[in-house]
Order: sequence, then C-alpha cells, then structure tokens
Amino acid sequence: MTVEITRPDAPDAFVAVRDLRVHFPTEDGLVRSVDGLSFRLDRGRTLGIVGESGSGKSVTSLAVLGLHNRRTARISGEIWLDGEELVAAPPERVRALRGKKMAMIFQDPLSSMHPYYTVGAQIVEAYRIHNDVSRKVARKHAIEMLGRVGIPQPARRVDDYPHQFSGGMRQRAMIAMALSCDPELLIADEPTTALDVTVQAQILDLIRDLQRDFDTAVIVITHDLGVVAELADDVLVMYAGRAVEYGGADDLFERPEHPYAWGLLGSMPRLDREPAERLLPIRGTPPSLINVPPGCAFHPRCAYCELTGGLSTTEVPPLTETAGGHLVACHLAPEKRREIWENDVRPTLESR
Amino acid sequence: MVAYIVRRVIGAVLLLAITTMVTFGIFFLVPRLAGQTTDQIAAQYVGRDPSPEEITLTKRRLGLDDPLVVQYGRFVKGLVAGTDYSYGPNTEFCPPPCFGYSFKYQRAVWPDLVDRFPVTLSLAVGAAAIWLVAGVAIGVLSALRKGTVFDRAAMITALAGVSLPIFFTGLLTLAFIRPEGVVFVPFTENPPAWAGNLLLPWVTLAFLFAAGYARLTRATMLETVGEDYIRTARAKGLPERTVIGKHALRATMTPTLTMFGLDLGLLLGGAVLTESTYSLPGLGKYAVDAIRQNDLPQILGVTTLAAFFIVVANLVVDLLYAVVDPRVRLG
Ligand SMILES: Nc1ncnc2c1ncn2[C@@H]1O[C@H](COP(=O)(O)OP(=O)(O)OP(=O)(O)O)[C@@H](O)[C@H]1O
Ligand code: SF4
Ligand SMILES: [Mg+2]
Repeated sequence: MTVEITRPDAPDAFVAVRDLRVHFPTEDGLVRSVDGLSFRLDRGRTLGIVGESGSGKSVTSLAVLGLHNRRTARISGEIWLDGEELVAAPPERVRALRGKKMAMIFQDPLSSMHPYYTVGAQIVEAYRIHNDVSRKVARKHAIEMLGRVGIPQPARRVDDYPHQFSGGMRQRAMIAMALSCDPELLIADEPTTALDVTVQAQILDLIRDLQRDFDTAVIVITHDLGVVAELADDVLVMYAGRAVEYGGADDLFERPEHPYAWGLLGSMPRLDREPAERLLPIRGTPPSLINVPPGCAFHPRCAYCELTGGLSTTEVPPLTETAGGHLVACHLAPEKRREIWENDVRPTLESR
Repeated sequence: MVAYIVRRVIGAVLLLAITTMVTFGIFFLVPRLAGQTTDQIAAQYVGRDPSPEEITLTKRRLGLDDPLVVQYGRFVKGLVAGTDYSYGPNTEFCPPPCFGYSFKYQRAVWPDLVDRFPVTLSLAVGAAAIWLVAGVAIGVLSALRKGTVFDRAAMITALAGVSLPIFFTGLLTLAFIRPEGVVFVPFTENPPAWAGNLLLPWVTLAFLFAAGYARLTRATMLETVGEDYIRTARAKGLPERTVIGKHALRATMTPTLTMFGLDLGLLLGGAVLTESTYSLPGLGKYAVDAIRQNDLPQILGVTTLAAFFIVVANLVVDLLYAVVDPRVRLG
C-alpha cells in the first residue's frame, strides 16, 4: 500500500506545508536543504521537528516566515497559513503577517536582540508595527508582556539593555517580544539550546503555559528529543531535508519505526546515565546536501539497509502510512520494522 | 555613566599635560640634544641676520640659560596665568592663555590664533560633516547593491579619493570650477556666503576621507545584515527600510566613530594643505607662514593649540562612544 502523503494534504488545517523545497544554488552545487517536506498543524497544538544538525529544520522555519533571501534561495511548494498561501504571496503581504500572525523565537537570545536598543524599545517596536497605538500604550503593553513571561520588576527592567539580562531572562524577553502581537503561530527554533538545564525547563514550562492561554499553534524545532517529549503533540523527524517519520508523539516514542528515529532515541541523553553510555549512537556523519545519497538518504548509516534487497540504495522510500496516521519512509516492511523494534531495539534501549 | 565621563575627562587633562611637555620638549629640549647652543636657539627668536647684542638680549629675556624645568614651568604658567614679555624698554603682559610672543612681529601669538581659528574650524567641521554623510550613504548603498555597477563605481571613486593629493584636486577645482578663488566670510556675518565659499574646500578635503568611510560602512553593513538581530528585526515584520536604515545602520556607528577619532589628526593635516591650496587665512596657513619665517613662538603656539584641539576632540569622541554604545555607558 502506498498512500501519497495523506495527512498534510488538507488545507483545512491551520498550518499546512506541502512539498516544500528550499534549494540554494552555490558555487559548489545546488544545496537541497529542504526537499519535499509536508506537514500540518492545528491551533492549540504543538508540532516538534527533530533531526540532526543540518537536516533543514531552521531552513524550514525561515521559509514559513518568509525570511529567506529571495535572491539566494529557490523555494517551491505551498505553505498555507489559515487558508492563505505564502510561497507565492507578495513579500509585502508576508511581511504584514510576520510578527503579527506568525512569530518566531530564535536559538541564541543574546545575538538575537539588538545590543544598542533597550529590551523595552524592541518589544515596543514589535508591537507598534502591527498596532496603531501610542508609545505610552505600547510601553505599558511591553511591561505587561515582560511580567507575563516571568521577568521580575518588569516596569524597571523594561529600560535595561539585553546585555544586562541573564541568558534565561533574555529568552523570556524574546518570547515576550514574539508574543506581543498575539501570534496564532509561534515557531521556536531551538529555544533552549543556549540555556542551562534548569532554565531550559522553566522556558519550556513557559512556552506550554502561554500556548494554553493564547491557544497558539506551536512548532518547536530541536535536536533534543527531551524537549519534544515535553511539549509536542505531533513529531516530524527530518533527515537530509525530508520527513522520514511523522506521527503523534505517543506513537513516535512508543512505536518508532524508522531506523533513524531509533538512532535518535538511542542517542538521547539520559540524566541518570553517563553521556558515554549511549546505546545506539548513529554511525557516520550527516550526508552532503549537494550530493544526497541515492535511494534512502540514510542508507550509508543504516544497520538494516541489507534487509531491503538493494531497494534502499536505488529508490527513495515514500512517506507511507503504517497505522492510524503514523507515517514512515522506509523500505522495510511495516511488520519487519515492528518486529525489529519490539525484539531488538526496544529491549536494548530499556535495559541501558 | 558619570564615572565613565569623569575617567575620560581626567584622562584628557593628563594627556594635555603630557602634550605640553612633549611640545615644549620638541622646541627646547630636542635642539639642545641635537647640539644647538642657546645662542643658536635665541637667534631663531629674532629676525634674520641678528646682531650678537640682540641675541644676548633675547636669550636673557627668554631665560634660555635657565634650567629646563624652570623654562617649562614658565611655559605652563604662561598658558594658565599669563606672563610678562619685555621688548626694548617696555614690558608687555601676555594674558592667559599665553601661547607665546612673536618678537618678529612684536605681538602675542594667541590673538592671531583666535583670529584664524574660525577658518580652520569651519573648514574641518564642514568637511567632516560632508564626508561622514557622503561616506556612510555611499557605503550603505554599495552594500545593498553589492556587486552591481554602482558598487564598483563607488569603490573605484573611493580609491581615487584616497590616492589623489589635496593640492592636486584642489588646484584642479580652482582652475575649472572656481577660477576667481575663494574667500573666507565668517558664518556670523553671512551664512550663505560662508557656505558658498567653503563648499569647494570642503568637498576637496572631504573627498580625501569619504572613501575610507564608504569602505568601512560597506564592510560593516555587509557583516551586520547577516547578524541574528537583523533576522529578528525582519521576523518582527519591520519593513526593509527600517531594518536597514535603523537596525543595521545603528551598528555601523561605533566603527565609524572609532575611525573618526583616529582621523582627527589627519584632518588637521588635511586642513593645512587645503588652506594653503585655497589661500584661506586659517591656522594651517598660519603655521606654514610661521615655518617659512622661522618664527619659533608662532610655530610653538600653533603646534600647542593643534595638540590641544586633538586631545579635546578625542575626548568628545570618547564621550560620544558612551552615547552610541550602551555597553560602554553601563560598563
Ligand atoms: N543561505 C544558505 N545557503 C546555502 N546553504 C544553506 C543556507 N542556509 C542553510 N544552508 C544549508 O542548509 C542545511 C540545513 O540548514 P539548517 O540551518 O536548516 O539546519 P538545522 O537542521 O537547523 O541544523 P541545526 O541543528 O544545526 O540548527 C545546512 O547544510 C546549511 O548549510
Ligand atoms: S529504507 Fe533502507 S536504508 Fe533507509 S532506513 Fe529503511 S532500511 Fe534503512
Ligand atoms: Mg537550526
């Protein structure tokens, strides 16, 4: 049975990305950073996108916000936001949505804030682009937002510069800025990577609480499965610019079917173990995005490649439904995958 | 902030003190170290072909045989409290700040400097304003149009700017644009005439510097547009002109200011050449004339003033740093 991507194909979803491709022509060749990606997301839900460094997570999120330079990036496919298609939309239209209807939190809160403007000024600016209010009103709103994300004494801290904030506070301020216009879609690109563990947990709690209050659709991008387990309803596993597994978070953690997803689970750091004791480190290195391996892009690193009778090295496995909306792109038969997971991978994962 | 200002002002005062020592040293110590006798030094203070009596007299009046420390003390005292100069039977009080007394012209140096200062100041300020605005504007446009014909043309023109000497461009403009020459009209008398006459010297002087600022701004802009906070500005939904004109441009101010601080000394040198080229009666021309006449007190006076000017201007630049960069202001 080969079902062509059924799940994301419905524009009734709040966010629907269809066959997104983002290619960068460079001197070394065409970089296929995102190559046929589809997903969907409803209001009030959270999608986690995971994958190793370079798998195209950030490129995807920047494409959704329309932040790629149109002169250097070739973008095709469709990005639907609340019934509006963005890839073909005029840049001015996408700009008007940016910050208002969709907002983004970036990885490094220090470099992501302008060092020469106060935190308050930057939030006020974000608010006033999309809301025709006086400076005074906007400032009040900024203070309120800072209080909301848990910055103590917001009325005083509003006039501080970013360098006067700690890392965690800066990320809170970034969140306050991103949420200042009540966006309906929030993309958080590695929101906690630059922070220490305690602060990480606080920021994740904050995002979850705010999402509940605002009924926002959230895309959280990370290479940390722990963050996904914490926040996501659905999970999209990316490899070399494509989705290799896509499904509900419970399915994905309980019954992962793609060998790459097994690898990610195996290399997930556990707090109660030494990092060196990882069970299934993924062999090899991420593939080149200019000369993507033929067939399944993961095959040079896959332990089960031989079990597919050569198919893995010649044909790209389509993303196919295995059960109840759970999609996997692997040539192994679903029964075989489940068997390997149950009898082989899972016991080793649990015994460590 | 206050602590920063206090630190900088104290630093500037110390620097001024050192400056007087160095200038004094150049004029009184170095000649001695080079083996000149006090007679020979004194000879430079009187006219051409001085008689031995005149030399002895001058030597006594100036106290050239006193220990150097005493002479330095007298020099500083003149600057802050004024000093007496005797000429023939008369004694003349040179009020503070006494920058010396020209025996050749029998007049104190300071009033002459004051007379000429507005010319040089007008020239320097106008030229600096033009080169800053033009340099930054060209740099920004070049960065935004990187690789285009405009970018290349601007950068080649910029190269010409740094390579062509002032007297060359100056004489060229005089010959072809304003053969009647320029005169200095004080700003307070007639601002349009002031600007109209100075425009050519301004542009000539600015041309020399604008190039560096255009290149610096271009490089900084190219680097800045890749910064995360520029991406954030775009992610907020800011229009592109605000992203570039506000967020990106703001980041070019610090390096521009740094370069400006370094260029102040060169600016003075450039002003000297420009004044000579256009025959403007400013400090530069004064200095050149004084050197031609070998009038040591005048040279000493104008040198000291120039040094003061640079120290003070650098202080202003330092204080501007604090305005531009909150990380400096707040430690
Ligand atoms: N402007 C660009 N020009 C050329 N290549 C690019 C460009 N932007 C991104 N890429 C390439 O696209 C690939 C995917 O990058 P992306 O930033 O999306 O990775 P990521 O999944 O976010 O990784 P990380 O976890 O390190 O953030 C990388 O190999 C990167 O080099
Ligand atoms: S398709 Fe083949 S190589 Fe790719 S993940 Fe499945 S088994 Fe491994
Ligand atoms: Mg990334």
